Amino acid sequence: MADATVSMTGPRGPKPKRRFSPTNIMLYGTLFVVAVYYALPLYVMIVTSLKGMPEIRLGNVFAPPVDITFEPWVKAWAEACTGINCDGLSRGFWNSVQILVPSVILSIAIASVNGYALANWKFKGSEVFFTILIFGAFIPYQVMIYPIVIILRETGGFLGVQLMGSIWGLVIVHTIFGMPILTLLFRNYFTSVPEELFKAARVDGAGFWGIYFRIMLPMSLPIFVVAIILQVTGIWNDFLFGVIYTKPETYPMTVQLNNIVNSVQGVKEYNVNMAATLLTGLVPLAIYFISGKLFVRGIAAGAVKG
Amino acid sequence: MAIADDAQSPSAVQRERTQRPNRLFKNMTAKIASIPMVATALVIFVGCTVWTIVHSFTNSRLLPRLEFVGFEQYERLWETRRWLVSIENLAIYGVCSLILSFVIGFTLAALLDRKIRGEAVFRTIFLYPFALSFIVTGLVWQWILNPQFGIQSVVQRWGWESFAFDPLNNADIVIYGILIAGIWQGSGFIMVLMLAGLRGIDEDIWKASRVDGIPVWKTYVVVIIPMMRPVFITALVIITSGIIKVYDLVVAQTSGGPGIASEVPAKYVIEKMFQSQNLAQGFAASTMMLLSVLIVLIPWAYLEFGGKKRG
Amino acid sequence: MKSIARLMAASAIVSASGAMAADLEVTHWWTSGGEAAAVAEFAKAFDEKTDHNWVDGAIAGSGGTARPIIISRILGGDPMGATQLNHGRQAEELIEAGLLLDLTDVAEAEGWRDIIHPVSLLDSCTVDGRVYCAPVNIHSWQWIWLSHQAFADAGTDVPANWDEFVAAAPALEAAGKIPLAMGQQPWQSSGAFGVMTVAIAGLDAWSAVNIDKNADVAAGPEYAKVFEAAANARQLAANSNVQDWNQATNLVITGQAGAQIMGDWAQGEFQVAGQVAGEDYTCLPGLGVNEVISTGGDAFYFPVNGDADVTAAQKELASLLVSKEVQVAFNLKKGSLPIRGDVDLDAANDCMKKGLEILANGAILPDGNQTLSPDTSGQIEDLMVEFWNDPSYSAADAQAAYAKIISRAD
Repeated sequence: MADATVSMTGPRGPKPKRRFSPTNIMLYGTLFVVAVYYALPLYVMIVTSLKGMPEIRLGNVFAPPVDITFEPWVKAWAEACTGINCDGLSRGFWNSVQILVPSVILSIAIASVNGYALANWKFKGSEVFFTILIFGAFIPYQVMIYPIVIILRETGGFLGVQLMGSIWGLVIVHTIFGMPILTLLFRNYFTSVPEELFKAARVDGAGFWGIYFRIMLPMSLPIFVVAIILQVTGIWNDFLFGVIYTKPETYPMTVQLNNIVNSVQGVKEYNVNMAATLLTGLVPLAIYFISGKLFVRGIAAGAVKG
Repeated sequence: MAIADDAQSPSAVQRERTQRPNRLFKNMTAKIASIPMVATALVIFVGCTVWTIVHSFTNSRLLPRLEFVGFEQYERLWETRRWLVSIENLAIYGVCSLILSFVIGFTLAALLDRKIRGEAVFRTIFLYPFALSFIVTGLVWQWILNPQFGIQSVVQRWGWESFAFDPLNNADIVIYGILIAGIWQGSGFIMVLMLAGLRGIDEDIWKASRVDGIPVWKTYVVVIIPMMRPVFITALVIITSGIIKVYDLVVAQTSGGPGIASEVPAKYVIEKMFQSQNLAQGFAASTMMLLSVLIVLIPWAYLEFGGKKRG
Repeated sequence: MKSIARLMAASAIVSASGAMAADLEVTHWWTSGGEAAAVAEFAKAFDEKTDHNWVDGAIAGSGGTARPIIISRILGGDPMGATQLNHGRQAEELIEAGLLLDLTDVAEAEGWRDIIHPVSLLDSCTVDGRVYCAPVNIHSWQWIWLSHQAFADAGTDVPANWDEFVAAAPALEAAGKIPLAMGQQPWQSSGAFGVMTVAIAGLDAWSAVNIDKNADVAAGPEYAKVFEAAANARQLAANSNVQDWNQATNLVITGQAGAQIMGDWAQGEFQVAGQVAGEDYTCLPGLGVNEVISTGGDAFYFPVNGDADVTAAQKELASLLVSKEVQVAFNLKKGSLPIRGDVDLDAANDCMKKGLEILANGAILPDGNQTLSPDTSGQIEDLMVEFWNDPSYSAADAQAAYAKIISRAD
């Protein structure tokens, strides 16, 4: 732990007195042991994915690889089979991207407008709908899964497009289930915007959309970043909706991962499985490591209840 | 729907016009803009829930139909061993993960709050699992707990020949194998919440307790924790609503096995609806899940919102 | 000549609608090595012999995972071109709802009723006199697969029936082998139990329970013997920690396990591993006790589609699946029996020949999928997977639970 950057954002606890006091040894010892528990799986994933199968059979999971090989990664990405399709996880990756981009844009666009309307343009009943929405966040998905199948089928049939099984059906589902938390997030943020700004714009004759685009949007970049982080990780990691509302060609990466790992041809290739697992975790991990504090803010914001 | 009502009712229009002449037209835009929200709230959250509850009293098989059979599905549900095992697992998993998340989350937060070196590094390590999906979590821990290659074999190779730790193949403790993975994934997040709570506490309180010579642990128990009540409640709601949704983790880690030893209610619902082609049974089970959420949610909502109104 | 004429007639029907090349997505859950090789034969034939394209929609996992995906797509208004399902009661409600294509014209033009043997396969596809599916193979659960290597290592002869196997089990254990390989998926537990029932309780008891849903027999002494035997077999399989059926088969192939109770699809795995029946492994129908073939199997259903080209392609595929050449090519790879008695299976190995012989003698019984609703099967699977994996679950308790399920079965 040669880390010198002590966070100065203000720990408030009592300051430990000496460097090597028993308390300090206990403190760092505990933290270190716990850190091992948390870090171990990532380490195991990485080393396993770099070993050949013979080495895995002989060695233990914690041993570093002797002969480093990237073959499992290549195989997981491009060759692993489900059925006679052997194009690996790559298809799932691109599906996930195709699901992710519209879902994130649509859900955030709708939720920000919702939040804005709830904060600044309250109308009769708006609070009631908002309360239902917040309670909706706690209803187990299982209660709503089947009726949504019917809704997707009927709307799809009505509009003459295929929603059930397609990426767009899943986008709608993600938009719906992302709505409570995002709406809450934006509502709370817009409520905190000084009312004077809003009133001044009204006096200038700006309307609903005028104020939204010219005043609110430019001011709320931070909260948009938070929402994006929340949605990208949430949607990327989804399994349940992916497995129910898509079909094999449009499976997101998580579903394909589970299929690849759990459909075995002969011997289980643990190294390929771990490479595939890491590949699937790469996008949210990258977001986590790159966005750092914003990530924490994002998930914490998702946790704030009205 | 609300929009249509308001627009069609002349008295409402008139009232609006006389009271706030300027608002009506602009509020129309707000209402139109809120259609997705209103539709989601009414059609999905209310409509679908009611639909499912109603159909749980029918004998729907592959296709939903309205032939009512009273509580038959519920009677069968509570006679089914697999459902009882699922409920038991959920209870064990729920209670343990609640306690452990709180204890680990709070302890880590308190440790990190003591002006330690490398706080950012520790925090990063504790929280990164939260970025990963339950599928990834389940598969990693399935591998680490693999009896042939994982922890068990490593310890045995170190010389402790009789060491046995094979939770994923032992029906009695398999749920704890899942718990280890679940805690790994989620406790970092609780830590972050707790840390935010601790940082929100006034420095003067620490000073005062130091002046009075109150031991650190006692300050935490007597002063700090009671002050962090809102954070605890938030964490409680998040953990419990997450517990009931446990599904992916089990699917990836054990597929419910060995036998039915690690089944959970969410999985029962999905399988009855889509595999056994018995929709009504799945609906009945999901309604029970909803009921258990309400048991947690209603007292919380009462405390939160009821309290606010009074205050 | 006759069959060619029929084929012409069939293609006349389909080409009458002015068939254009269509992409036909075919969903199935054949993903293990032997299965994937077999399904590739279908794909090859379809691509080569028609203008249409086979788009493979393999869904990994067992039928339990795949079936809901398939059904929810059909119900969700996103039908695939064709799909594998086990014929029998799984598709009942889909047919009633008018979601599956009526193949009666193809079936009549080609005389399916005359060529499909045993004809009960076609009956399983028929609802109210209309044909809704094309059976592609016969799969019998009634087999046990024995590893020669494992028994050689244990120093005993390869058993000739279940009792001998049980007697040889201690020797296997002493040699460090797993006597009985079992995967942990529910359908495997339930299937193995079914096989043991036929062998131990006999055909009459099996029929009384599975066809007539007689709960008294299910609670009776014959079934008690089966549960006792299963409890014993559970001990023999205690160290078999694999999940998938083909991993369990692999234990037998590599000689780590003595035997596996599994349907004839296991044969494809032996074949892929380059093993020879009679030399490397032995197969015993009906556990060597009651030589029967259960005529379960796979069939292809064709969801109704608004596009005439697709419908034409669907009918062409249906006719192709039943055709002689494709039947031979597919079933040799799959290790299953063809659905017609008039094909030449010289290339078949010992095990398939045994099966064909039993089939020709008419020692057949229906498959659980054909007699029990998916709901009942699901409950039995839940019970069996628990029973097989929980040594503290006594045979008597399990039997009581089983009888209760049967009493409610439909």
